[in-house]
Amino acid sequence: MNAVPSSTYFSAPPDWGWFIVSYFFFGGLAGGCYLFAGLIDLYGHAEDRPLARLGYYIAFSSVAVSGPLLTLDLGQPLRFWHMLIESNTYRPMLKPWSPMSSGSWALLAFGAFTFLGCLGALAETGLLAWPVARRVRPPGLPGVVIVSIGALLGLYVAGYTGVLLAVTNRPIWSDTPLLGMLFVVSAASVSAALMILLANRFKWTMPGLSALHRIDTWAVGLELVVLIAVMISLGPVFRALLNAWGVLLLVVVVVGMLIPLTLYRRAQSLGDRNASIAAALVLLGGFVLRLVIVFAAEGT
Amino acid sequence: MAEPMGFYTDTTVCIGCKACEVACKEWNQLPSTNGGVSTLSGDSYDNTRRLDGTHWRHVKFIEQFPEDRKDGRWLLMSDVCKHCVQAACLEVCPTGAIIRTEFDTVVIQSDVCNGCRDCIAACPFGVIETNPVSGTAQKCTLCYDRLQSGMEPACSKACPTQSIQFGTIRELHERAQKRVDQLHQVGEKRAYLYGADDKMLGGLNSFYLLVDEPEVYGLPPDPKLPSRNVIPGALFSVLGALLLGAISIFNFRTRTAGDHGEARP
Repeated sequence: MNAVPSSTYFSAPPDWGWFIVSYFFFGGLAGGCYLFAGLIDLYGHAEDRPLARLGYYIAFSSVAVSGPLLTLDLGQPLRFWHMLIESNTYRPMLKPWSPMSSGSWALLAFGAFTFLGCLGALAETGLLAWPVARRVRPPGLPGVVIVSIGALLGLYVAGYTGVLLAVTNRPIWSDTPLLGMLFVVSAASVSAALMILLANRFKWTMPGLSALHRIDTWAVGLELVVLIAVMISLGPVFRALLNAWGVLLLVVVVVGMLIPLTLYRRAQSLGDRNASIAAALVLLGGFVLRLVIVFAAEGT
Repeated sequence: MAEPMGFYTDTTVCIGCKACEVACKEWNQLPSTNGGVSTLSGDSYDNTRRLDGTHWRHVKFIEQFPEDRKDGRWLLMSDVCKHCVQAACLEVCPTGAIIRTEFDTVVIQSDVCNGCRDCIAACPFGVIETNPVSGTAQKCTLCYDRLQSGMEPACSKACPTQSIQFGTIRELHERAQKRVDQLHQVGEKRAYLYGADDKMLGGLNSFYLLVDEPEVYGLPPDPKLPSRNVIPGALFSVLGALLLGAISIFNFRTRTAGDHGEARP
């Protein structure tokens, strides 16, 4: 094994596959949707409340899916709790410098906040006859505090997965420090896209939805810039993407970023078909982006 | 704490007999075949191929011959976990399954490991893999059970040429340096120690005498700790979050003519 572009080429692949790719996607969705729901609650109008509720529902559902995905990926699924509790001493198990360890705690804590958000949303609609639950969302100081902390945790969950990949010795993953940033930005783009897609399906036209369109345009643009920065930062390791995975990444750039940006610009009104197609492509692109990043390194 | 123990592997006297591989499998009760199927690699005399969850020792056969095969040499090396002083696997393990023992070796507790495989991606040497039988990550323990009983690891005990030597790290360093000096005196100027000093991950408790570049033996020239990316990765993520937060807050606070659905978003 001579003349490899990086010392990372001597490590072994961990065989992280579809479960992990899916978790990265749903974790990003959960974090991004909670962030937007919280921001709508904090800064939006009264008409935007249904959009915020949608965000809380998606966030909770995504976290609910994430737990089983992570557990099923383990070689010993029944020992999933070893991530949180030392099995020998029953003391809390936390290594702040290990993204997988800190991320497990963050996901657990964030799950609790998404649950509260979901309760608050259900209480607001009257589906949950528990008036106290309405206080877990703004306005009101308890709601503001809960949503602020939850949004920060959501950003953590959205981004730590990229840092987790970087904190290894695998080619591509550990050859750039920008994967966390890419995942955070991508989490925002896919989350806004899913909320737009569902809101269009429900034929909503509230002011917050228009803001989400603008945010998604920004997020997709930023995602493209960060992805280019990732490629540049890889240096000679970039050649690991000169294969089918690289072609797929190019498809992501065109279909999942450039075409949606064009379609968003062409959309004439909220609920426009162009906007729905753009949002669907952003969602698809966000999933395939994670797929390429995980699998390209697995095969190197 | 006992004095740090480890292996010094002199690759110049390895004859590729694989007694170390057999002794390791026998003592650690590792399967000798892959699910009952023995397959040939077609790569020299190496059918083990690599270190993994059921192969904790691997004798590498490196053939350095020109096309006409008039000249050339074999490089043989018995590879194993390096038991790094600053161990990447131990650093990332989220369950506490990977521990440093009283002998300064690195051991995976199979009953604690949940098979997340973070250590596999973290190890710069590609030493660890999942054992399909246990579903957990496994690697050389430097025969921790034997060490606790005052015994020598099975592989070094079985090595017929003293290529694998076991002892205290201090003693092994002295022995290895003498051997390098001896080889230099007889004209083998390429001999050097890989991982003996603390510049490489704080020192490897299993270090090697090599006579070619590390890459030739499948070893990284400058292995690094995964934690090098924690701070830069986190800072860039925070930067991304701040940018998004600012964009989102700005847009949710700003109202335009298009905010009620009649104009384009």
